Amino acid sequence: MMALELLAAAGPARSADIPLDQRRSGYADLARDSKAMQDDDTVNPATLWVLDGEALWNQKASAADRSCADCHGDATVSMKGVAARYPAFSPAHNSPIDLEQRINLCRTEHQQAAPLPFESHDLLALTAYVGRQSRGIAIAESKDERLKPFIERGRELFSRRQGQINLSCAQCHDDNWGRRIAGALLPQGHPNGYPIYRLEWQGLGSLQRRLRNCLFGLRAELYALGSNELVSLELFLIQRARGMTIETPAVRP
Amino acid sequence: MARPLINVPVKVKRGETFEIKTLISHVMEPGYRFTTTGARLPRDIVTSFCCSYNGVEIFRADLSPAIAANPFITFFTVATESGTLEFKWTGDNGFSETAAATITVE
Repeated sequence: MMALELLAAAGPARSADIPLDQRRSGYADLARDSKAMQDDDTVNPATLWVLDGEALWNQKASAADRSCADCHGDATVSMKGVAARYPAFSPAHNSPIDLEQRINLCRTEHQQAAPLPFESHDLLALTAYVGRQSRGIAIAESKDERLKPFIERGRELFSRRQGQINLSCAQCHDDNWGRRIAGALLPQGHPNGYPIYRLEWQGLGSLQRRLRNCLFGLRAELYALGSNELVSLELFLIQRARGMTIETPAVRP
Repeated sequence: MARPLINVPVKVKRGETFEIKTLISHVMEPGYRFTTTGARLPRDIVTSFCCSYNGVEIFRADLSPAIAANPFITFFTVATESGTLEFKWTGDNGFSETAAATITVE
């Protein structure tokens, strides 16, 4: 098993990446009942958001009187595989954007509608609906050179100590996954099921919400929703999970 | 919000037991939680659920604040005749939601 590295306080923490064949989805650690909840769409509470997302997909949005479907047609066809390759590079921003930002970009640029606030019900519903179309598809390994510096930035953020607790993401999720912290089982922390129905939240939430929760636990400053730091982290995490299967929308404790 | 999710088999053999699964979107605010400024969030829950099969009530449940959000209620019944299963949820603040599903008994 993994050795517990006693990392010196000086210098950035640099943990070893989890070997690709040892990666483990959070699904594997779920209780039997939670697994059953995720496996059955009619039992998974996240389906409530997916259905709302489907309705929003077909709904004409304000000024341009255009729905997602008007450009993208049937989401079960056009959105297949999309979530598996996001965050993606946006030439307009000259940086990566995640799925939530992409949806808002479509709304502002093509539907002449106001962007949906992060973590709002409607944005979560649309993200869950689009993400659902990639269920069962493997996360694509990025070949986009433009994303490389951002993946490195994400890796830096993942590897550095933060907050009053002064731990890095890597120390828990690369070095000590499978062990416990304050009684809670440490997962490897792969984003392959987002947005998730988290039992702790009693609702659906995004990866950015979860990352902010982690930072809160470290008593570190929370990056703002939609910030470059969080998108770079999302990008790094999804690449760290390359090849793993999308489970969106997953159930997690 | 989304309509309730109902899962019943489309066809059942006469006399067989089948499972009915229901899931409704509801915040189920227990009334014991507080905001960060100290104000109490008032109770807002589903208080009762019932199901009737061709007009005859076959299942009823009273829900308490202890029930988690988006209550998932499942139960079994015996297939008698083809027809309609009707579901009704009532709760605080005049909450009322209904759903129906048809079943074919052969």
